[in-house]
Parts: sequence; C-alpha cells; structure tokens
Amino acid sequence: MAEGTRLMDERAVNRALVRIAHEIVEENGGTDELVLIGIQRRGVQLAETIQAEIRKFEEVEVPLGAMDITLYRDDLQQVAEQPIVEETDLPFDVTGRVVVIVDDVLFTGRTVRAALDEITDFGRPRKILLAVLVDRGHRELPIRADFVGKNVPTSDAQQIKVKVRELDGELAVDLLERPAMGPLPRAASARPPADLNAREN
Amino acid sequence: MRFAHKDLLGLEDLTRGEITAVLDTSEPFKEISERRIKKVPVLRGKTIVNLFYEPSTRTRVSFEFAEKRLSADTVNISTTMSSIAKGETLVDTARNLEAMRIDMVVIRHGASGAPRFLAERIPSNVINAGDGSHEHPTQGLLDLLTIRDFLGRIEGVRVVLVGDILHSRVARSNIWGLLKLGAEVGVCGPPSLIPPEIEGLGVRVYRHVEDAIAEADVLNVLRIQLERQKANLFPSLREYNRIFGISNARLSRAPRDILILHPGPMNRGVEIDSDVADGEHAVILDQVTNGVAVRMAVLYLLAGFDVTRAREAKEGLEFEPEAARGSAKGSGTPRPSRQPGPAGGAAEARAGERGRDTAAKGGDRGEVGSGAELEEART
Repeated sequence: MAEGTRLMDERAVNRALVRIAHEIVEENGGTDELVLIGIQRRGVQLAETIQAEIRKFEEVEVPLGAMDITLYRDDLQQVAEQPIVEETDLPFDVTGRVVVIVDDVLFTGRTVRAALDEITDFGRPRKILLAVLVDRGHRELPIRADFVGKNVPTSDAQQIKVKVRELDGELAVDLLERPAMGPLPRAASARPPADLNAREN
Repeated sequence: MRFAHKDLLGLEDLTRGEITAVLDTSEPFKEISERRIKKVPVLRGKTIVNLFYEPSTRTRVSFEFAEKRLSADTVNISTTMSSIAKGETLVDTARNLEAMRIDMVVIRHGASGAPRFLAERIPSNVINAGDGSHEHPTQGLLDLLTIRDFLGRIEGVRVVLVGDILHSRVARSNIWGLLKLGAEVGVCGPPSLIPPEIEGLGVRVYRHVEDAIAEADVLNVLRIQLERQKANLFPSLREYNRIFGISNARLSRAPRDILILHPGPMNRGVEIDSDVADGEHAVILDQVTNGVAVRMAVLYLLAGFDVTRAREAKEGLEFEPEAARGSAKGSGTPRPSRQPGPAGGAAEARAGERGRDTAAKGGDRGEVGSGAELEEART
C-alpha cells in the first residue's frame, strides 16, 4: 500500500469527536433515551471516545453497544472467502431509544443499510441517527449522516484509512491511493478481495 | 484465517489453524441464539437437506436450529419416511436432490466414509453429521469449544476419553482435534473397546479409571452403546459401571476439579452417575448450547464456497475434492477413487495429480467413480 496523505491527526480527530459528542446531546435535547452503537471494528472505538466525552460534560454514562453487520451484508454471494465475524453486544433494549450508529467512514451506505436492518431485528427504536468520522461521498443508497467529522471528496481509486489507538497504535485519518490492479476476477464486485474485511473504507 | 473447503468430513482433514478458525467463528454466533429474534439473514435463499440414515435427535435438531437461525430453507429426510426405505442408493438420492437445486447436505450415515463418497459426487457442500465409527466432526468441534470456554485454552490440557473408544466416532473426532490443538489425550475403557494401535497416535491408554481421574483436567465420558454388550465386548452394564462408571465418590479423590463432558444421550447409572451428570463440574448442557453455535459457524464458513460457481463450471472441477487433500493415515475409511475427468488447463493438471494420488493409495475402488459418472453427477 502506497504512503498516504494525512487528512486528520490525533488532535483533529479528537476535536471532531468532541464536537460530534456535543451535537448528539444537543440534537437529542439531553441524554435521555440515548444509546450509542459502534459498528465493528473501528466504529466501536470511536463510539467509546464519544461516550467518554459525553460523560465529561454531562456526567452521564450513555449506554454503548457494539455491532457486527457482516451477517447482514448484501455482497456475501460475491466474495471469495467469508469475512471474519466480530462480536455483536448490545447490552440494552433498543426499543423506544434514540440510537446513534457510529462508524468510521461513510462511503456507499451499504454498511449503514445492513446496520439499520440488524438494529430493527433487535427492536423498534424511536429514532436512529448516524455519526461518522469521515464522509467520503459515492453513496449507492439514499442514506446520509446526521453528524460528520470531516467531509472528504474522494475518487474511486482512493481509500480512506481511519486509524484508532487500540488497533493501529495511533489516532488519525489517512488518504491512500489504491495500488494499480489488473482486471478484477469474475466481475461482480468493484472492490478487490483484499479489502473485504476493511468493508467499504 | 483461511477456510476454503467445500465440505466438512472430519477433523482429521483440517489443520490446527482451520480448527481454530471454526472455534473463533463460533464465538460471535453464540450471541444470535440469545436474541429476541434469533435469526440473521446470512444464508437466505440457501437450501439445506438434512439426510439422516440413522436415528438422531440432538444432532439433527441442533443442525436444524443452526440452519434456521441463519435463514436457510431446510428439508429433513429420514430413512423410514423416504424412498431410501424403498431401496434407493445414496448417490441416486443425492442426485435427485441435486436436480432440485440444493446447496448443502448434512448427512448422518451408518457407514464410515459415506459423507466423503457423497462429497466427491455432488457439487453441494457436504457436512458429516456422524458416519459409522469414523468421525463426528461438529461434535468434536463443540467439545473443543466447550473445553476452551471453561479452561481458557486447549494446549496442554489433559483430556481423557472414557468408554467405548473402538466404535466411537465422537472419540475419533475428539482425538484428532485435541491432538492438533496441542492437548494431552488419554483414553480409558475395557481393553476390548480400546483400539490396539491407538498409542501410536500419541494417545495414552489408562487401564484404570482412577488413574485417569488422578491426572485429567477434563473427562469426556462416552455413551456405552447397549448393543455392544450383546456382542460380548464386556460382561454386563453393572460391571461396567462398577469398574469404569464416573461417580462422585471417584471424582472426590481427584487432586483438582475435573470438567465433565458427555456427548449424550446419557445412560445414567452406567457410564455416568446422576450426581455427576447434574453436578457442578458437568458442562453437558453447555455442550448442547455450543453445538448450535459451532454448527452455525460451519454452515457460514462452508457457504463461502460457491456452489453455483462449481455447478456452472462444467468443463472443470472447480471445487477442491477433500479426498485429494485427505491423508492416508489409517482411519479405516473407504476412499473411493476419482478418475481425472475431461478438464482443461490447470484443472486438468490438478485432476491428473488426483488420479496419481488415488492410484498411489490403491485399495477399494471397485464399484464407484468412472469419469463419465462424475461428469453426469455435476451436470
């Protein structure tokens, strides 16, 4: 993978997450009924940071869950190998709550579509909102984010890499150019198999 | 992680890494059965046939729950209620099912090697749900998962299988899986029910159950099949219980807590006493719960192998036959030959290798598998 351009350093990511935390509470008019669901894997770490921020200024522990959407993906028939499934752990009932989905990158919108279906199987939230650190465009579904850390216009050939301390050793956002590829095997998927576990980043 | 298999026929065929991959994949699937809506859409549109030539409640129901919780469509066929009772052969039954466009077969059969025989003849995924005295891989996997859950590891854990080792497919799958994951494996039972060559695998034989209890971290207590007594392999059930039965009196002399596993169905008062079966160290019901998660993981992983693609690839065998990779280590499985079919390019080269491979193994290849028959089975 080629060297990337740094779009956000740790301070910039933290500033964005602090702002999103405030926006979420403001939008909801407080923390009543509020729950956060981080999408595996990097959305979970970002959701933890947002939870910690809300705790700082509201002195309230907003319930936090983790969700893996692999089993709800719409492209499993097209992948060469089954992606790794991570834990789903929602330690609360979503029915009647205001759910904020937290993910690292919003791209095609397919991950969010899967998350909406999965959450609906757990119950009937009063409202579902979406918070992402980076919106890079290229939507394939009518989905938009309610809270965005940074809008980054990208080309198809580029890749956004969000790094979190727990998995990558640092907190940052990089823009990568995809390495040149030969013709894709067996058409169908526009994305190479190597990216399957990175999902739509 | 890599699990590129068409079939799950036995743990003997899998590497340590592949077994670990199945166990790791089972973890997130446990949670699905705790949800209010116990269903995820991952196998939506897949058709799975549960083909049971032997009676089974636990395994069949466990597979069926796993399939349904992944949103697959399922059909159950048992011997007494189908054309099998009218004398149809296994291959004919399978081909007829194939003609109705199925995706997976879960098969329980009294003959060792029947799942492999089937797997080589149809492009659908085949899962062995117990074949003769050969293997019961999903039971082996759920036992491994249960041991890992409670002890945190498998490497270095001392597991003793107690009972009829000779006829037990559960014992075989356990031994392969445990050895590959680095456990110390022992067996204990009447000498007439211990295969003489077993020590060659690195398995310790305990003559006295007291010795096994003195050293084990885990006892996997196998079911004594009542019909074995009629074959005079041991004198009486009462005597079996007196010499090999697991009781609290015996366990109380153990230097450490011993985890008690049993694959079910239990003969209380024969191989295991009720006070042990219901006691604090028994994890028998945890095994049953884990069984559904393990089977979900296996179904999910095998579904990654594209059946439609294999079926469409008429000019070459796109799916990797497990027999080509399987080893010749003596499990007593019949290994029918596979002739190189008409194929092009790399597929032909692979088929050629398989031809040599099976030729080298020799053995029983009489009634099955001409190239023409294979070709027919694929179309």
